[in-house]
Amino acid sequence: MAESYHIAIIGAGPAGLSAAGRAAHHDKESGASNPTYVLLEGFSTFAKTIQKYQKGKHVMDTPGFLDLRSPVPFVAGTREAILDGWQNSIDTDGINIRYNSEVTAIEGERGNFSIKTSSGETISAEHVIMSIGTQGNPRTLGVPGDAESDFVLYTLDDPEEFQKETIVVVGAGDAAIENAIALAEYNKVYIVNRRNEFSRAKDGNLNAVLAAINDKSRDFHCFYETNIGGLELPDAPGAAGAIILNTATGEERVECHRIIARLGTLPPRKFVESCGIEISSPSADAVPDVDNEYMSNVPGLYVIGALGGYPLIKQAMNQGYDVVEYIHGNHVEPVDTPILKKKFQGLPIKMPTPEEVLSLYQSKIPMFRRMNPLAFRELIIESRILVGLEPGEFDRTPADDDEHATVFIKDGEPVYQHGEYSTSFYTLVEGEVRMQLDEDGAWHDIKPGQFFGEMSLISGRPRQGSAIAERDCILIETPRRIMVKLMNSNEEVRAGIDRVFIIRALQSAFKPNLSLAEMAEIADNVESCQFKPGEAIFREGEEGDALHLIRSGTVTLSRGKEQLVVAKRHSGEIVGQMALMGSPMRRDTATAAVRAETLKVRRPEFLKMANSQPDTVEKLQDGLSTLLRQTNSMASQPESSRAIGFLMDQGLGEATNALVIDEALCVGCDNCEKACAETHGGISRLRREEGASFASLHVPIVCRHCELPHCMKDCPPDALRRSPTGEVFISDTCIGCGNCETNCPYDAIKLSYQPKPKPSLFSWLFFGRGSGPGEPDSFTPTDASKNSGKKAVKCDACMNLAGGPACVRACPTGAAVRLGPEQFIELVEAR
Amino acid sequence: MHESLLSWQRFRYLYIALALAGASIVLYITQSGNTAQPPNGGTWQGYTLGTVGALLILWLSLLGIRKRQYSSNVGSVQSWASAHVYLGIALLVVATLHCAAQFGWNVHTLAYVLMCLVIGTGIYGLYVYLHLPRAMARNHAGRDVNSWMKELGDVDDGIRDAAGNVDADLQAMVLSALDLTRLGGGVFAQIFAQDRCRVQTGSGVISNQGQQALIDELSRRIPDARVVREAETLNELMALFGRRQVILNLLRKDVQYRALLKIWLYFHVPLTMALLVALTIHIIVVFLYW
Repeated sequence: MAESYHIAIIGAGPAGLSAAGRAAHHDKESGASNPTYVLLEGFSTFAKTIQKYQKGKHVMDTPGFLDLRSPVPFVAGTREAILDGWQNSIDTDGINIRYNSEVTAIEGERGNFSIKTSSGETISAEHVIMSIGTQGNPRTLGVPGDAESDFVLYTLDDPEEFQKETIVVVGAGDAAIENAIALAEYNKVYIVNRRNEFSRAKDGNLNAVLAAINDKSRDFHCFYETNIGGLELPDAPGAAGAIILNTATGEERVECHRIIARLGTLPPRKFVESCGIEISSPSADAVPDVDNEYMSNVPGLYVIGALGGYPLIKQAMNQGYDVVEYIHGNHVEPVDTPILKKKFQGLPIKMPTPEEVLSLYQSKIPMFRRMNPLAFRELIIESRILVGLEPGEFDRTPADDDEHATVFIKDGEPVYQHGEYSTSFYTLVEGEVRMQLDEDGAWHDIKPGQFFGEMSLISGRPRQGSAIAERDCILIETPRRIMVKLMNSNEEVRAGIDRVFIIRALQSAFKPNLSLAEMAEIADNVESCQFKPGEAIFREGEEGDALHLIRSGTVTLSRGKEQLVVAKRHSGEIVGQMALMGSPMRRDTATAAVRAETLKVRRPEFLKMANSQPDTVEKLQDGLSTLLRQTNSMASQPESSRAIGFLMDQGLGEATNALVIDEALCVGCDNCEKACAETHGGISRLRREEGASFASLHVPIVCRHCELPHCMKDCPPDALRRSPTGEVFISDTCIGCGNCETNCPYDAIKLSYQPKPKPSLFSWLFFGRGSGPGEPDSFTPTDASKNSGKKAVKCDACMNLAGGPACVRACPTGAAVRLGPEQFIELVEAR
Repeated sequence: MHESLLSWQRFRYLYIALALAGASIVLYITQSGNTAQPPNGGTWQGYTLGTVGALLILWLSLLGIRKRQYSSNVGSVQSWASAHVYLGIALLVVATLHCAAQFGWNVHTLAYVLMCLVIGTGIYGLYVYLHLPRAMARNHAGRDVNSWMKELGDVDDGIRDAAGNVDADLQAMVLSALDLTRLGGGVFAQIFAQDRCRVQTGSGVISNQGQQALIDELSRRIPDARVVREAETLNELMALFGRRQVILNLLRKDVQYRALLKIWLYFHVPLTMALLVALTIHIIVVFLYW
């Protein structure tokens, strides 16, 4: 008969360990002789994601405002200290953990789940907690004997651990190539590639692996078009085994000491869906829907941790505790309840519990009505509650500095102003807000249940027009990152916001005199298009029947055989209108300079809008004439248009504040770098000499404060922020995870220890103390800075310095300037 | 947008410097009516010019401090540099009029000479600052130095590979050419872009300037090659050394530009220090003999 448990927990990460610890606690209290739960782990150790961190990595315990509620300890510290603590907890609490038990299927229903593992076991359980994270399991070799062992490894921590061995690396991705090249320093290496080329690798790795294979002096060999036929495990540890390879020319046996298989991971989604759990959105970041108690659509099957959309360790551990309590029928108050109370404290009408406020608000906002309550709760936790007060009352009410407290605003004051860089999203719960779509545009009334601010949310551009709190308003202000997460996982919210965006974008661009119903009909016929960098929107010489209203990103117009760039257009602007206003033949090629989204408006819809408001046609014609003059002027200056093309190639199409150096003026004194280091704790965020140049314009490696910053995409503690004036900066909640460094396509973020403070300029100048101004070539971090770990550093455009960017102010020759995108044309034409 | 330090703020400091020089000349001329006291540093006009000159020298030398006060808001470094250039040149007029061209073998003239040397090195510095950056950028041909260094490394790897297929003599020669390559070096080597590359031949170590010795040797051997493969390898080596020659020249030129952009400061700054000392002595001595 199969083993049977009350609770089966799948995945021994922080969430799973915490749940198992709590379940063990219940067993102890009830005096159960056998554990009533089992923790199943597919890998040979617990918390494999954290085990894979580099040695000594500092792990943070954000968010600081949440308390830990778990029998398993967790405070910020080194990877080793945390893993030791968990190991200790597993040992002393006698946690019933089973390693190497990858779950392959879950069937059945509440009270009678049947769980199959890769080792052929079947376990039955009344409740199942899924805490498998989002990393997925490594793909295995798929032949007998391929379980992780000393002989077969699916990860490689330290390549220098192995020397003078014969090692077979299986895989053709970046991880396989990097491992193989590192191992080849001291070992004989074979790399096995299923295909006939390394097409998945990054350029750098591709060149490196080809160079290594062709280098006759190195013991580095490659098998192309080869599959794994089988393994001969070594007889004794340390002895050689062998791998059987099915090559294009027949079977081959290669003796080796070790096999490193880097075949990528299997994302968990397929497995999750095979268990009957629904994920409503096709987006890759989508998470399963769960109720207030973390239960999925399959009764008795719970989802917690990163898989449920909570990537922070502490959140995951708290959920592990809570979910076990819920299964035991204890309806504990969630650990974040005090935060909700704080948020609702300043509301004009008091309600007994925060849950009641939540359900009232959710019912008032049509778009959020059908959201799952847990997701709505999370949305409110991450949002600010803004309450409007009459001026007199506002002055009497003391402000609370707590980051979760209700925020008071004065009636008649702006919620945001034209030109401000903010990307948060506002939902009106009560009262009234007035809003414009352009700086001088007409005022629109926003009623309770409606939202605004979606333009900047989607385009990343500064606010167009202002929004003013009228009276007694209650607003939910949600940060962009939370809205993006929600839009990715909730199709209804995404479609709702999108629709309003389209209507307002059309209203702003064409100022039609049409009813909302008519606009909605037009919006239904407008197509949203997405373009990758470099992708053509339309080509010169084609016949066109539509114009494109740019929603986000930058589009260049280019012309002729050489495709000279004659104009660049931003979000909110139109390209291709000639086809509808003059001849249908496209005069230019429109290309997405960076990832871009457009709204494609065809002739019937365009005519309907244009005919409703005669002024519009005139304005559009004026706009077109201006554009034509511009393009004509650029087309007659090929040098300028080549320079613009160069700037766009460097990704400045998405820049809001870019450093551009004139090489004809730069004397290479590096005072800019020194100024950067001296004003930013000793670390320069600017690498002057690196980066591309063209016609004496040089784009150094430094942050250009993108419209939609890539770095802000995936920051677990939300440490990357954007100031109202546009600077993208890193707050001190950074945990040093390195996601931003990886996500930045411009290499502008690095991880660094904090260097020691330097002696003063005078003691360097007169007594030769310290290394002088600027970032030292190398430094040994103090123990204190090692303990607090490496943190991400990047340019903040000196937002806290009165005089503006230090790099520019320190340049003695005027070579360094910082520019906004609107100045690029002027820059190249001035040359 | 990009603005040179000379034209900064529409030549603001050029006009200020011209005004200062003009005012100094007027002041100087007012001395000429007095036949008992010809123009010199001792008249009230002379003292005024001297005071202005001394204050100017002090202020001009403060650029070294301001340049390193990175959070300072007292003008941008470029505005300081622009003022430094124009007022520094105007100082020549002020100081010459102050001393009324009375020279001798004394500490006063020493201070004057040091000042002229500081201004002279400064003018040279200005010249290189204005002319070399463009030449340097042109020399980089749109790439950064690291990428040229990397290409050099790749070429060398290619040469090492190919050298495995030639006879032992040539192999030794080729590899020695890589080992005996020199870039940079002492101050003179940097400034004059001296090519001190050498190569080991059967008859000893000889100069391999411009990689020419090796290219010559290869070109001699190619017609003698007995087998097609040997000729191919030799041709490949020759092409690689040709490319190496180009990259090395480019890098050497780069080193030269960098050295020239810096070297003048090694005179300008210490001379300034010496000037400050001489100036102090000059002022003390003048007051001692009042």
